[in-house]
Amino acid sequence: MSQNNRLSQGGRIDRSRVLTFTFNGQQYPGFAGDTLASALLANGVDVVNRSFKYSRPRGIVAAGPEEPNAIVQLGATEAAQVPNVRATQQALYDGLVARSTNGWPNVQRDVMSWVGKLGGSFMPPGFYYKTFMAPASMWMTYEKFIRKGAGLGRSPAESDPDIYDHLNQHCEVLVIGAGPAGLTAALTAARAGARVILCDEQEEMGGSLLDSREALDGASAADWVEKTVAELAGMESVTLLPRTTANGYHDHNFVTLHERCTEHLADTAADAGRAGEVRSRLHRVRAERVVLASGSHERPLVYANNDVPGNMVAGAISVYLRRYGVAPGQRLVLTTNNDHAYRTALDWKEAGREVVAVVDSRANPDGDLVKQARDSGIRVITGSAVMEASGSQRVSGARVVAIDTTRFVVTGKIEELACDTIASSGGYSPVIHLASHTGKRPQWREDLLGFVPGEVKGMHFAGGVQAVYALDETLADGTRAGAEAAQAAGFEQAEAIAVPSVETRTESATSALYQVPHEKSSLRAPKQFVDLQNDVTAAGVELATREGFESIEHVKRYTALGFGTDQGKLGNINGMAIAARCLHRSIPEVGTTVFRPNYTPVSFGAIVGRHCGELFDPERYTALHQWHVENGAEFEDVGHWKRPWYFPRKVNGKTETMHDAVARECLAVRQGVGILDASTLGKIDIQGPDAREFLGRIYTNKWAKLAPGRVRYGLMCKDDGMLMDDGTTSCLGENHFLMTTTTGGAASVLEWLELWHQTEWPELQVYFNSVTDHFATMTVTGPEARKLMAEVTDIDLDREQFKFMDWKQGTVAGVPARVFRISFTGELAFEINVQANYALHVWKALFAHGEKYDLTPYGTETMHVLRAEKGLIIAGQDTDGSVTPEDLGMHWAVGYDKPFPWIGKRALTRPDTAREDRKQLVGLKPKDATVVLEEGAQIVLDREQTIPMTMMGHVTSSYYSPILESGFALAVLKGGRNRMGETVYLPMSDGTTHEAEVVNTVFFDPKWERQNV
Amino acid sequence: MFHIFCPYCDERREEEEFHPNGQAHLVRPADPDSVSDEAWGDYLFFRDNPRGIHHEMWVHRLGCRKFFNITRDTTTYEILETYPMGEQPTITAETARVRHEQGVQTADGGWQTVGARPENSTLNEETPS
Repeated sequence: MSQNNRLSQGGRIDRSRVLTFTFNGQQYPGFAGDTLASALLANGVDVVNRSFKYSRPRGIVAAGPEEPNAIVQLGATEAAQVPNVRATQQALYDGLVARSTNGWPNVQRDVMSWVGKLGGSFMPPGFYYKTFMAPASMWMTYEKFIRKGAGLGRSPAESDPDIYDHLNQHCEVLVIGAGPAGLTAALTAARAGARVILCDEQEEMGGSLLDSREALDGASAADWVEKTVAELAGMESVTLLPRTTANGYHDHNFVTLHERCTEHLADTAADAGRAGEVRSRLHRVRAERVVLASGSHERPLVYANNDVPGNMVAGAISVYLRRYGVAPGQRLVLTTNNDHAYRTALDWKEAGREVVAVVDSRANPDGDLVKQARDSGIRVITGSAVMEASGSQRVSGARVVAIDTTRFVVTGKIEELACDTIASSGGYSPVIHLASHTGKRPQWREDLLGFVPGEVKGMHFAGGVQAVYALDETLADGTRAGAEAAQAAGFEQAEAIAVPSVETRTESATSALYQVPHEKSSLRAPKQFVDLQNDVTAAGVELATREGFESIEHVKRYTALGFGTDQGKLGNINGMAIAARCLHRSIPEVGTTVFRPNYTPVSFGAIVGRHCGELFDPERYTALHQWHVENGAEFEDVGHWKRPWYFPRKVNGKTETMHDAVARECLAVRQGVGILDASTLGKIDIQGPDAREFLGRIYTNKWAKLAPGRVRYGLMCKDDGMLMDDGTTSCLGENHFLMTTTTGGAASVLEWLELWHQTEWPELQVYFNSVTDHFATMTVTGPEARKLMAEVTDIDLDREQFKFMDWKQGTVAGVPARVFRISFTGELAFEINVQANYALHVWKALFAHGEKYDLTPYGTETMHVLRAEKGLIIAGQDTDGSVTPEDLGMHWAVGYDKPFPWIGKRALTRPDTAREDRKQLVGLKPKDATVVLEEGAQIVLDREQTIPMTMMGHVTSSYYSPILESGFALAVLKGGRNRMGETVYLPMSDGTTHEAEVVNTVFFDPKWERQNV
Repeated sequence: MFHIFCPYCDERREEEEFHPNGQAHLVRPADPDSVSDEAWGDYLFFRDNPRGIHHEMWVHRLGCRKFFNITRDTTTYEILETYPMGEQPTITAETARVRHEQGVQTADGGWQTVGARPENSTLNEETPS
């Protein structure tokens, strides 16, 4: 197939490089420099999609990100699939494979097409909601087929082979858009000495100058662009980012730019011969000043059948003609309300094609471009507009009629013009998206017929974005904005920059025209599309206003106006204008448009960057991690830590189950000796003359008399009296303490201490330092622990010399160590702290000596069982931010008579915290010893009660105890301490109900004798 | 994403390094036992939620670990000043109103002025960042 619509010359394409691509299974040729859209038009592909709701055939309408129809699924392989790519923004490359996003089963003959033919009265706004509402349970079923019929892009089922990067950037002036305003702004700011980043979303910089008819300083616009970009590229302080879309503007001039690095070359970086390079890059730019030079989008007019392929936005036709050497038809009718669009008729004629007529809604247009068109023999029909397009798969004619825009009626006889292309121009909408991302409302300017951006601190506007359209004014505006931005960032202009000279023209004023009146009412006329991507018609908007939707925000949500990949870039203003007309209000009275990031869709890969796979989340390892791995540990995530969960052994060639391994580990500790890597516990070194006073204020219990060499268990509350963390703190010296926290609480407790010290008690001399990673902690515990320890330490382990809750300094396995006689198992225990880099040596020495005692490594699961058997809580598991020390039965650890009003004290005397029926910590013993209650199971007193039952509490910890040969649990239960011996019930979701007896929280060794053997 | 001037590090850093800690200048009753349950409840749970100027405590969690205060406009997200713990803001809802009436602009060229020390701060005078 040849490129029938390709002009014999012209355009910025490289005709010597032919590229082959596939669209909907058919191969086509194109040229280097084409976009997918220009190549499709060159090959005469009229229908590129089916519409979302009515399944009508659709062609290419625009040439940029505003394109609503040419949305394709890209990728030759499953892994390279990219959904919802605008063909107008995709550079053509050899081997490109694209499919229509909509149009199941195919675009040419669509099973859904009857929908479009039957007309809008069958599918008004809200059709799906109204029709498929009942029964509600069926919606999920309907939705599947509706979505398949409508077609949305699909994500790849295989993982992305490419890599993506994030890059932090800083500059004084970020210029967004490299059209005439952006280029002069960047040049001016750079010449003043500012560090400048200039980004532009197109393949080439230059914007509208790339398809301009104008001459700058006597040379062609494209030559001026080339010269200017070359000058910028030669400046060290300038970073040029082509193919880079500014997608989000965030607080304090933080802008996210999405740079496409290999997407214009091939499906993947590897396919482009650039394996290992990033496919795209997200620049996180913090700019002192931002110059927004994003230009404008031309608005199409709304008329009947304006969606039939061959209806295009006027300016896009000029782009295809002048930039790509493509004439997307033979005979053109242009319908416009402004002078600028006349250039499309001139371009078309110069390309050797026929201009049937220019239809101008204004009564007496007489600007220079209008004169030029008339002089070249083009027929200009004034006071009229194209009311309706004829044709189904392609435009075959235009029905033109005189109109009265104020009364919104047709006033003359309809003239039928034969043509295959209708270009329409309803004026220009500034691309204000980024200026409204932080919530600034744009302002409607009736004199400019568009929304202009509201004032944004740190942002300057240049050119089309603030409705400055004439080229000479745009170039001057860019120079001004660039100078102002540089000056605000502290760079004075050395000398005034000369603005390139261009021909000035007289222009007649644009008239306000959005929807062209039809001889029939909007509801009876053929469909007049407002939002092509979402199939929203003028009749739909009108119906929405009649059904009571008065705010444009509500109209939007009811009709879907402005949703989808184009986010209303073409349709929003027309939709608002129609709503305003129907409601007899002005456009700003109907509402303003608000845009949110991102400006165009961004692939997840670019957002994620390198934060995927093993870099998704950091992992922390203890100094003994490798030993655990080598000894077959199963790991559990605790915060970011990887902790050994249990150590399954091979028994008769089979690996132990978790249940068996935990039972073996528990019995080893209760009957022999076990060892736990407890290095992850938070450790905070606290020093200073006021350290002791500080501890007394932050903990609920007393610290005044804790002597060096002693250890105490402490509870930490928030000022609402609820437990937040617990742990032991050891007195290392008169002014020196070592606090331990829960593994998960290490960072937050340190910050908590800092908070109170820095904000409430800065007069206290005390200093905090995290030493969690500095020391490894090994717990040697069990009846044989003393014998084992005696073999490796010089510390006197005599039970009278080294009492429970003492700590001693000495050596273990020849290295300096602190040994603490604290116990989280209820057994005799020694907690050894050594410098982390000695840990493996000490650990191995313990095992060398421990073999004869069958020293058993155990993990967190066994630790949990053992501590729960002793009724020892885990803050955050047995407590949840609503539990006081009193609720836990720990009034022994609350110093009500301490002199300073410590954190949490006042709240503990509130009536609510003193209630007798608060949930209190109790033990539960299932009546059936084989039952292990579910953690989280609700407790009720009356098993026969009808739902909703009165819930009295819930299970917080529950395990099987190998030593008790029974399941057991800790729970919080209303008034629990007065219910000892009572039977409670735990109804389960499967309909069964467990029975349990309320018992003391200490299940094993209630006299606490074993830790003192 | 905010760009926050840490008054201790003496430079602007990215928001990711910081963490908000709620309303600033809360006063913990010096003698909690003597205040009513209601007053204690107010101290614990009730916070301002102004539209406009708000003083917030932040912590430079992944930096110097210092707590400090921010005067922020909750409607524009503009940070007007940052100042160390123990100091008072130079910009308040009241001074902002006076500034507005007198047509005095806050310093341009950035978003934050470092809070001046109370003794040398005067209304309508900016300390350049």
